[in-house]
Amino acid sequence: MTFNGNHLLGLEGMSRDEIEYLLDSADSFREISEREIKKVPTLRGKTVVGLFFESSTRTRTSFEIAAKRLSADFVSISGSTSSVSKGETLLDTARNVAAMRPDCLVMRHPRSGAPHFLARHVGCPVVNAGDGSHEHPTQALLDLLTIRGVRGRIAGLEVAIVGDVLHSRVTRSNVHALRTMGARVRLVGPPTLLPSALAEWGDIHHDLASGVRGVDVVMMLRLQRERQGANFLPTLDEYSRYFCLTREMLELAKPNAIVLHPGPINRGVEISSEVADGQASMILEQVANGVAVRMAILYLLAGRGRASVEQRQAV
Amino acid sequence: MSGPVKPVRPPRVVVDGKGVERMLARMAHEIVERNPGVSDVVLVGIRSRGVDIATRLAKNIARIEGAELPLGVIDITLYRDDLSRSPQQPPEVKATDIRFPIDDSHVVLVDDVLYTGRTIRAALDALMDFGRPRSVQLAVLIDRGHRELPIRADYVGKNLPTAPTESVEVAILDRDGLDQVTIVEAVENGNR
Repeated sequence: MTFNGNHLLGLEGMSRDEIEYLLDSADSFREISEREIKKVPTLRGKTVVGLFFESSTRTRTSFEIAAKRLSADFVSISGSTSSVSKGETLLDTARNVAAMRPDCLVMRHPRSGAPHFLARHVGCPVVNAGDGSHEHPTQALLDLLTIRGVRGRIAGLEVAIVGDVLHSRVTRSNVHALRTMGARVRLVGPPTLLPSALAEWGDIHHDLASGVRGVDVVMMLRLQRERQGANFLPTLDEYSRYFCLTREMLELAKPNAIVLHPGPINRGVEISSEVADGQASMILEQVANGVAVRMAILYLLAGRGRASVEQRQAV
Repeated sequence: MSGPVKPVRPPRVVVDGKGVERMLARMAHEIVERNPGVSDVVLVGIRSRGVDIATRLAKNIARIEGAELPLGVIDITLYRDDLSRSPQQPPEVKATDIRFPIDDSHVVLVDDVLYTGRTIRAALDALMDFGRPRSVQLAVLIDRGHRELPIRADYVGKNLPTAPTESVEVAILDRDGLDQVTIVEAVENGNR
């Protein structure tokens, strides 16, 4: 089995075999970050360009480290400092960047679908590093890699995704991937952030206690305050009173349950410090696995010869 | 590092199970002879069959010398020199696993077939990223010639003259159910 995509835009519609292949590949890359010389020559001479039209520290850094550990050059353009703020359209930015012959583009954008648009107009692979509230495929892959690493499997596990489901691209990618891999998903959050239409994705719980009871994995989401208007929550305090993952709440889950969070965490809002720093927390493993996942993706997309670019354009 | 091959004549068995066993025993003796007391000797197998052969060499050496040598696994995919030449999906990467320091040790690098030497070049580069061994020695079950780089083996199970259109296939008991070396006449397809 291989991964046949020319881009990584989302996990929706990806087969179980493909996801398994990506996770297996990522697993092999983990060891490189533990070496004294954390660098392999694989992507020597390749250029990866990051287009970050939305603030990101963790994901951008993770992609940059991944590219550099593979010996690729990494250049990053952020929205606020680029010509975008001077009025250039996305298409013009893309064409200009493409003219510099990058071997892979990594894009984060506040609008859903922006990387898909980019992929249609540039002749190189595009990796979606988060588009609006749509998908964030590398985040879900690192979540799955973390779960599989700790529990040895994904199939049959019960996973509660808690918080701002409505605005969460992390949820969308995870729901598709977890369900494809055979996990059962529960969605937990206040009605304003968890529309009932999402019931087709998993069981809906508006109460944290019932939502986490007996689960194997609690996946917390960050409250996406930048994507929310004023009307989703009465106050942050009230949200935290009902949906903050505390030790008492976590004790309702299975005894060996693990806690994931895509970061950055809002301590005391969606997760208590005690849980975030506790035994069950896999937050730092997630970060370490993120580098391995991104190395695997960059290897698979940018690691092949140039001829394929022309072939890709011909398709 | 050979591409997919299409057999045009039935495979020819050139070494049978007994022969493979004898070759491994002799190579183990040579390794012990050249490295007295096998002190500071470590084995590193190149995935996949190099690892199987290294495992067998380790068993033989344990029998001769009573010493368990550390055994590492190296995957050379990330060090290949032909990734950019193929528009195909790059090959699957498997983990490298060397859990001991190789600094100042005598590394015996093990592979099944020595051919162009490019795999060994990649393995040497990978090895150097793990440290600075005092020496690196090369052990291969089959040397089939046609070198493209200045590389030679220190321990050879069998020199096997071949044509470039042929392909040498090594089967090892633990992986393939029997020990055997065969020559398959094939149409070379893709880069090696």
